[in-house]
Amino acid sequence: MSAITLGAVRPRFRPRRISPARWGLYAFILITALYFLLPLYVMIVTSLKPMAEIRQGHLLALPASPSLAAWVKAWTSACTGLTCEGIRTGFFNSLRILLPSVVISIVVGSLTGYALSLWRVRGANILFGAMMIVAFIPYQVFIYPLVRVFSFTGLGQSLATIVTIHTIFGLPTMTLLFRNYFASLPVELFKAARIDGAGFYQIYARIMMPMATPMIVVAVILQTTGIWNDFILGLVFAGRDNLPMTVQLNNIVNSTQGERAYNVDMAATLLTALLPLVIYFGSGRWFVRGIAAGAVKG
Amino acid sequence: MERSNVDITKLQIGFGGLKVLENLDLHVDASEFLVLLGPSGCGKSTLLNAIAGLIEVKGGQIRIGDRDVTWAEPKDRGIAMVFQSYALYPRMSVRKNLSFGLKVARTPQDEIDSRVGEAAKMLRLTELLDRRPSELSGGQRQRVAIGRALVRHAGVYLFDEPLSNLDAQLRAELRVEIKRLHARLGATMIYVTHDQIEALTLADRIAVMQGGVIQQLDTPKKIYREPANRFVASFVGSPAMNFLRGRILRDGAPVFIAGDVRFDLNGYAFRIPPSDAPAILGIRPEHIEIVGSEHPSAVTARVEMVEPMGADALIWCRLADGTAFSFRADADAKAGAGDSLALRFPAEAFSLFDDQSGQRL
Amino acid sequence: MRLSLTSRLSVLSALLPALMVMLVVYIGATSWTAWMSLTNSRMLPNNNFVGFRQYQLLFSNDRWLTSVHNIVVYGVLFVSLALLIGFLLAVAIDQRVRAEDTIRSIYLYPYSMSFVVTGLVWQWLLNPTLGVQYVLRSWGFAGASFDWIVRPETAIYCLVIAGVWQASGLVMAIMLAGLRGIDDEIWKAARVDGLPKWRVYISIIIPMMGASFATAAVLLSTAVVRLYDLSVSMTNGGPGIASEVPAKFVMDHLFERANIGLATAAATTMLVTVIAVVAPYLYWRARKGEVR
Repeated sequence: MSAITLGAVRPRFRPRRISPARWGLYAFILITALYFLLPLYVMIVTSLKPMAEIRQGHLLALPASPSLAAWVKAWTSACTGLTCEGIRTGFFNSLRILLPSVVISIVVGSLTGYALSLWRVRGANILFGAMMIVAFIPYQVFIYPLVRVFSFTGLGQSLATIVTIHTIFGLPTMTLLFRNYFASLPVELFKAARIDGAGFYQIYARIMMPMATPMIVVAVILQTTGIWNDFILGLVFAGRDNLPMTVQLNNIVNSTQGERAYNVDMAATLLTALLPLVIYFGSGRWFVRGIAAGAVKG
Repeated sequence: MERSNVDITKLQIGFGGLKVLENLDLHVDASEFLVLLGPSGCGKSTLLNAIAGLIEVKGGQIRIGDRDVTWAEPKDRGIAMVFQSYALYPRMSVRKNLSFGLKVARTPQDEIDSRVGEAAKMLRLTELLDRRPSELSGGQRQRVAIGRALVRHAGVYLFDEPLSNLDAQLRAELRVEIKRLHARLGATMIYVTHDQIEALTLADRIAVMQGGVIQQLDTPKKIYREPANRFVASFVGSPAMNFLRGRILRDGAPVFIAGDVRFDLNGYAFRIPPSDAPAILGIRPEHIEIVGSEHPSAVTARVEMVEPMGADALIWCRLADGTAFSFRADADAKAGAGDSLALRFPAEAFSLFDDQSGQRL
Repeated sequence: MRLSLTSRLSVLSALLPALMVMLVVYIGATSWTAWMSLTNSRMLPNNNFVGFRQYQLLFSNDRWLTSVHNIVVYGVLFVSLALLIGFLLAVAIDQRVRAEDTIRSIYLYPYSMSFVVTGLVWQWLLNPTLGVQYVLRSWGFAGASFDWIVRPETAIYCLVIAGVWQASGLVMAIMLAGLRGIDDEIWKAARVDGLPKWRVYISIIIPMMGASFATAAVLLSTAVVRLYDLSVSMTNGGPGIASEVPAKFVMDHLFERANIGLATAAATTMLVTVIAVVAPYLYWRARKGEVR
């Protein structure tokens, strides 16, 4: 535009103008970005408003007098069906489920991937292929038999059960992740370690795992968000005393009698989303790498 | 230090239905430097890996130091190995890389220290002991990999194309270093390469392999001078040996006829008595000489192209019937495309091969 | 390499969990579920073989038929919209835009959140009295109507909106990786040929991105079959049974309606569907791997 109005002065070089296509591009990016950000924004502002302000209906307006009251209530005293202890019990339950599940599933998965990639085992490809297929199968097919198996073993619904379940269902992805990583290393490294006399577990613990740090980071991110966000497995296997945060959240929001406290609901929702969000924004490209590596998980 | 001989009899290796080695026999003397030379896919690395115990054999026997190790674990064979990609443990310092195998074998600490110190000194690694492999240059990494083999005090040292990942200059340096090491330790070494210069410079004996079969097992000099068949003749030597197609004629003394050109075979050491039959004459470029046109056995050829190579020049010529060949001449030789030259092909430098089997005659 | 006994035992011990999982969970549980679907088990499993009776009941069950209808509608819309939007987002980002990392983070963050959170947020946004509808009206669009979530005919579309919001970023990430993997010289060649950019995308780039599209489509499809949390948290299958989905049908009949026979018949039907989709894809990927 300016080049035309200032027509008298001809620039010697082509002016650096932003073309209409470029404007369109940035407009597209802006609008889509707003669509993606809108729910997060609404969650935050709603959680900071008192109910009176929400009832007036300005969904998008910033809170007139921001208050953390809803957050406190969501954390300490929101009702999940029968009890009114807030979502914190769910938070700590999720944490208790998360830590052992992440550690155990990564240890088991990496060991399986290591054995399947570097040690020529008869039937390794069949085992691996079968694991890849079941990674796609809906949980509904396994759930009821597993409930029976766990009640038969006496574990029933418990922390141990849900940790085992997360290990089982994390196994295909974790195996894939580590198998592919170890298979990409030069096989001579493995040969050298064999000549040095190191055994199966020595090579795993002293050569391979120290090299696999990037994969471990990816695995931790993948498993942490996956297990934290799980709903159905926690609901079925954790037992009443260990219900994870997602289940408690759904109970708080969807079992309220009378008028819904939207600000508390949104505060509880944000609290539940907090850990994955922190991991996501904190880990940057690692998260994307995890998606690419665990792409079969779905 | 122990020096083991290696005896391989009727070795068979296959993957699935594919036979890689069949009934291979090889004997390596204690303290010998044996090079396995061949193009990729010839089975040389497979053979080395079998000696190391890193791949399963289908049949036959491998003996190291007069002990049957066919089914032994790699660590129990009294071997050490150096790999092409160095295969250093990336998360360990140089010192830990060198000592890892000894630690696994529960060697006493002072013994470990003295062996690591000795190897580091020998390979000029003392300054680098606390570095990580990623902080080393390619040449330094390969010296560490050699060091890791040395500390094992093995009876046999195996090298799997150890210099292939290095640039030309480093390769030459490390080649000398390995040769010096062999002279100093007097250890048995088996060395796999596809580089004929490495093979010719390092080896006591070379085993030239092709298609899973040892084509010729001999000293470098014999391999170069008297190749046992056409494959060995063409694989060893650079620029490559010239081959002229023709036939042997027993016209009194045997002669070789290629087109209209006659080559006197007087002076060639036949392995089997010559007979009238199609054959191939091989001669290395450096054995052809320019002579005066009055020379009795001069052959005339037309120059096509001159490739200056620094110290000398490679001159590409054609005979009257169109057969192409090249020869090495003085860098100052006055020859240009289109010139006619009188050349002498000395019979004592010939290699004659059977047209059908390719075997030396 | 022939392994010594200790090595063999070590390998076996390491693979024991995987073998156990394979036998007990995958093979055992799957065949047990399939067997149960052929019995008349109600609250407790029994072994009274009734042939395909449960499947007959299943496919004359209104709730199941609604669930299947819903999942088809959801599946088609969700997969195609997520692919389209994800691809467009990836193309937009691939134009060397400023603040690329920030924009990418914005597109992808919903994927880090659970379906429960996603469902609850959108439930609130689509709330007809105080949500987006109210905002539109307060902006002057008096007749604006966006009450899909409380109307049975449209409730399933609300799940699509939320699902697409959550998953488009994933598609974007996969597509962007695909676009970045395309040789720069292709672009140079197209510029020398004078092709307009959109033309290059349609005629050259998209055909080259078959693998990215296949991967994304398979991921999205398996997410469709598994759809459960979103339906539970956003509409709880309602209004009425308007947004029921197969996974929810199975769960409800297993744990609330005590009809194991029918539930396992539904689960087995899901299993067969998934295998029909995934097996060709895995086969294709394995074949491609061999060629490479």
